[in-house]
Amino acid sequence: MQFMLLFSRQGKLRLQKWYVPLSDKEKKKITRELVQTVLARKPKMCSFLEWRDLKIVYKRYASLYFCCAIEDQDNELITLEIIHRYVELLDKYFGSVCELDIIFNFEKAYFILDEFLLGGEAQETSKKNVLKAIEQADLLQENIDFQMRLFAGNFGGKPNNPCCSIRSVALDVNSPPQGQQKQHPSNINTDFEVTGLLFSLISQPSCLK
Amino acid sequence: MSDVVEKTLTALPSLLSLDSQPGSGKLSSTSKLGNLIRGITELTSKHEEEKLIQRELSSIKEQVASPNTSMRQMKELMVRAIYCEMLGYEASFSYIHAIKLAQQGTVLEKRVGYLAVSLFLNESHELLLLLVNTVLKDLQSTNLIEVCMALTVVSQMFPKDMIPAILPLVEEKLTHPKEIIRRKAVLALYKFYLIAPNQVQHIHNKFRKALCDKDPGVMTASLHIYLQMIKENPEGYKDLTASFVTILKQVVGGKLPMDFNYHSVPAPWLQIQLLRILSLLGKDDQSTSEMMYEVLDESLRRAEMNHNITYAILYECVKSIYTIHPKAELLEKAAKCIGNFVLSPKINLKYLGLKALTYVVQQDANLALQHQLTIIECLDHSDLVIKRETLELLFRITNAQNVTVIVEKMLEFLRLSKDDYTTIDLVGKVAELWFIETMNTVFSLGGDMMQPDIPNSFLRLLSEGFDSTEEDRQLRLFAVDSYVSLLQGEPGRLPQRFLQVISWVLGEYSHLREGLEPATTLRLLAKLLDMKHTSSETKSWVLLAMSKLCEGPDCVSLAQELSERHGGSLDTVLRQRVQELRHLSEDAELRASVLPRDAAQEPLEVDSSLSFLDGFVSEALSAGAAPYKPPHQRQEELAQAKALSLEPYGLSLPISMSSCSLADRQSPTLLSMSSGLSGNSTDLSHKGGSTTLKLDGVKRVWGKDGYLAQKEPVEESAQVEVPSPLCSPSRQGGADSTHSQTPTPTPTPEPEKEKQQLASSLFVGLGSQSSVCLMGKSEQTPQRFRRKAKGQGSSSGASEQISNSHYSTQSTVDNLLCNNLLDSTVTSDLAVSTPEQTPQLSQEVATTNGTCDAEQDLIEETDPGNSPSLIRANSTVTADPPAHKDPDRPKDSCLSSHLPAELAGLSHSEIIPLCSSQNLDLSACHVQKEDALLLVIFIENSSDSDIECLLFLSQVSCVTDSPVEAVRSLSVSVYQYSLMVKRPAAHVALAGTASYHMALLTQSMLVSCFCLTSLLFLCLGRPLCVSTEEYGTLWLAFSQDTKQNLALLNDGQDPLTATLDVLKNKLQLHVVDIIGAEGIVACRLLQGQPCLMHCRVHAGSLAVWLRSPVPDLPDCLLYHCQRALQEH
Repeated sequence: MQFMLLFSRQGKLRLQKWYVPLSDKEKKKITRELVQTVLARKPKMCSFLEWRDLKIVYKRYASLYFCCAIEDQDNELITLEIIHRYVELLDKYFGSVCELDIIFNFEKAYFILDEFLLGGEAQETSKKNVLKAIEQADLLQENIDFQMRLFAGNFGGKPNNPCCSIRSVALDVNSPPQGQQKQHPSNINTDFEVTGLLFSLISQPSCLK
Repeated sequence: MSDVVEKTLTALPSLLSLDSQPGSGKLSSTSKLGNLIRGITELTSKHEEEKLIQRELSSIKEQVASPNTSMRQMKELMVRAIYCEMLGYEASFSYIHAIKLAQQGTVLEKRVGYLAVSLFLNESHELLLLLVNTVLKDLQSTNLIEVCMALTVVSQMFPKDMIPAILPLVEEKLTHPKEIIRRKAVLALYKFYLIAPNQVQHIHNKFRKALCDKDPGVMTASLHIYLQMIKENPEGYKDLTASFVTILKQVVGGKLPMDFNYHSVPAPWLQIQLLRILSLLGKDDQSTSEMMYEVLDESLRRAEMNHNITYAILYECVKSIYTIHPKAELLEKAAKCIGNFVLSPKINLKYLGLKALTYVVQQDANLALQHQLTIIECLDHSDLVIKRETLELLFRITNAQNVTVIVEKMLEFLRLSKDDYTTIDLVGKVAELWFIETMNTVFSLGGDMMQPDIPNSFLRLLSEGFDSTEEDRQLRLFAVDSYVSLLQGEPGRLPQRFLQVISWVLGEYSHLREGLEPATTLRLLAKLLDMKHTSSETKSWVLLAMSKLCEGPDCVSLAQELSERHGGSLDTVLRQRVQELRHLSEDAELRASVLPRDAAQEPLEVDSSLSFLDGFVSEALSAGAAPYKPPHQRQEELAQAKALSLEPYGLSLPISMSSCSLADRQSPTLLSMSSGLSGNSTDLSHKGGSTTLKLDGVKRVWGKDGYLAQKEPVEESAQVEVPSPLCSPSRQGGADSTHSQTPTPTPTPEPEKEKQQLASSLFVGLGSQSSVCLMGKSEQTPQRFRRKAKGQGSSSGASEQISNSHYSTQSTVDNLLCNNLLDSTVTSDLAVSTPEQTPQLSQEVATTNGTCDAEQDLIEETDPGNSPSLIRANSTVTADPPAHKDPDRPKDSCLSSHLPAELAGLSHSEIIPLCSSQNLDLSACHVQKEDALLLVIFIENSSDSDIECLLFLSQVSCVTDSPVEAVRSLSVSVYQYSLMVKRPAAHVALAGTASYHMALLTQSMLVSCFCLTSLLFLCLGRPLCVSTEEYGTLWLAFSQDTKQNLALLNDGQDPLTATLDVLKNKLQLHVVDIIGAEGIVACRLLQGQPCLMHCRVHAGSLAVWLRSPVPDLPDCLLYHCQRALQEH
């Protein structure tokens, strides 16, 4: 894989990962062109594009577009599944993931991506193992946070930021049912899509396959 | 995990003490990012956003630079900086702090630091050098998470030059107890392999270990490396085929742990990777392909669920089946599969179906025929992507009858498309199809009536090309294809001028078509010579094209045959061309210098003054010859003589003959003659008849004694003449070329047609073979069918056995050779067998089957059936074969007695058997001569009749006179080849065929020798003797350099001298000078390419710095130095 981009329906870049060395200028140009091209396509159209000498594989989940560039001889369908597995990973980690989770915790999304794809190749495809690796690091974080909150005496108070809640590292016992809409503790719900990414698929079964 | 906890506990106090206001840091910082994000969404204009971000950035910049900022705060600042960069604003001031964070932070801060580095910098960024130490430290950490992070960042980006610094540590991680670490280490090595393949050359055997890892994840990771290596050199890894097949079988059979399932399909990524590897291995290789038929069939069968992932596997399977050596039964299934794709209502599958069709249609045009209506529908699809893919498909099936419709469709699409890239691509294709096609028609119809400059300007256009080289190549390739198929048809009806164009193009460009043997083209051209109405002018074009193509033993014999047949022709030009053909075919070097490839448009220097003849002239003059007089002067003199002299005319003729000794440089005759040759070829035969500078002309006219001894200048002049007709097209017709340059499409809006009608116009000429096809593409079809049919027909018992025996012999040979790959040098396989051999072969089946079974039992016994270890056990079995030697193999000693006398005194390597058939055994060894490396091949005939054997090896030049030789019964004949290596490389593969006649049957064997450079370099390297001063100047002149540390030998005395001595002895290096702790060493390859090495003892190791003008040489030499020192 050459690179992966995540962008919103409005064309805002949410995540970018480049596996080939390119200058910033080129990156910006490619991003701009691709976002434009992909957003212009209609929902029922083919998920693959030939673009320059690359193949673009993209898929829309709720308000987010996931877009990968692969080489000509690579398998397009398996790339679609890479995207899907990534969404599943995010979903499991955040619990019914939505665009908002990725915006506010984009570094976590990067960590998950790095654990899943390394150097542009699928490294670990098992959901369990990827999340285990992330959690090991997170556990460290939790320990520190826990200690610090204990120290500050505000443990047990409702965390008012989405990134360090205990829920996000729940050891995949009770992940909330898919499609449940999350209540984000801020007044910005109206500006962002809070539809679960995977839920969007279930509501439109036609794009599932 | 315990060390993680430990680490955490030690880190905790410092963390707590750092943050004076506990809790607040974290919470407020997150809300800072939250505030920023919220702030941005509230803005309405781009301008406001810019202002906000700039403000944010300057605040970050200020805090980042402040010495009071804790690492914890730094982490938060980095996250914000990343966010700003993602929005497209530059935050380059934070790059250095990201590195600092990765260096100094605790585990979690480090994680953000590394992330920021990998997002901010790219491989070539200079700041990345600062990261090397951090990575080194983390790789040695006891904390698994830190090691993981370091490996992750290394496999994303690492400066190429610094790889040697961390390579040993990464290598070490291959044996780490945790599979996650091993997996990441393998992927890091994969990355290194991609950016600097030579650096990881020495760990190829460790890749094998990774392939046999007990954890399937590590094994999967190693496949990335193998895919890449096999892509570059499929021959080198054929022995692994059986292992890959076994792994795939186990995966498909669901033997992996559930963890690897994806939507209840077992390890799809692994399956696809394996399928890709197998298709590379099985390409153009029947015996290897046969090993994978079964597992491919099973994969097809298993993938039946209706889910994307199974389709992904199916698609890859279909691609493999069409890539490897065809098997009718599988092709049928694959075709059905493609049908399902094409007919699927899901648009993604339809797209892939079209793509698969495009891939397949060159082999099986019928498949496209079956789906014509779907294709027509796709042609009018609303999605441009589908439309384009359909056009691509149509492009592949273009032939004479449907070209107009297809070009029309393409132009239609062009009008719709706005994307530049597609436009360029498509325009190229239209031009290609249209141009050659139209010119073919023009030539066929216009025939000999058209002006001579039309073909000339056409050829000129073809040779000068357009802007892009790739397009030119395509165009020429297309022309070659189209002409070859024309010649295969009925060339008799083509006009002379078209034939001339055809022969020129074939002579010049047919090497572009891979797989088109020069001998095939030669035979096609030779056919033209025998046709009655081919004019002698055309014949000389044809012969000229042939002399360009003459290569290899087949061609030499053909050339000889031709020279016998046409050598006595009445036409002198023809005779001359035939002579040239014969001479040039025998001397490849001469041919290369006289008729260089792709040189048609290089300006040709024609020495019109014929200055090279000066010596000859002055000699002749001093010997008393009369000075040259130009013809008009001669005419005048003749006229005067007529007027004055009373002697008869006859006597004046010899006088003018002898005076015609090329004295005057400005001679108009000579000028006009050479321009006639280089100019219009129409005059060629006419003028050529009268010229005296012809090879055979010389012989006949000037008798035995005369000037025959002075052959040299004559030959040289021939050299000047020969290429000149080539360049005629590029010299002529300058102004007229424009009219054929731009295809002018007629934009008639196509009326609404019935789809059926469109289909019939599009797919015309695809199914039937009766139509005269002007394009080469569809011509491949019947051939492929024939092969397919053969496969179907030969299901009788005997041939079944044969294929079985192929399979088993191949597999045992592979098993035997598996592990020796790095040391052993030769693999062989028997490609074709005849009914005569069957009895013996089936015997072989029995024996080899026996061993196979035994081996399988062994596997089953050692294996209690648990899945991950099954893979390991199996791979280990294949990777560690018993060191078994065939007792029947020819003995070294008896063959070495057959070495030619002049080589007997020289050292030669062990004689290794290459391949053998019933009666013939081929063995080889290499002999080191002062100025060359010879490959000596022994052919041993063990039958009681003589066998005529023809051996043809690629990439080497033959030293012995005639490569065709009869091998007497029960004797050995010897061939010598001199080995040349164009570029230093990791390994050099030699391959070739031996065909032999026996009992009226022609049979052939594939010979492939596989040599590692270790061998080659040891034999090709020579000491380069230079002085220290010369060394200095050379050093500065060379551009390619490499640095690395080598182990130092500690054999008592001076370690530097000791190490250099070892290198000197083992690698034939020349030690120029040793001063204190530094030494300089020089060597060169046989062909003279030098390599200099500067060594310095530094901290217990030898820091070497190599320089050479040749790109890969330093790496190569370094590799051998490492090996030499290891072996010591």
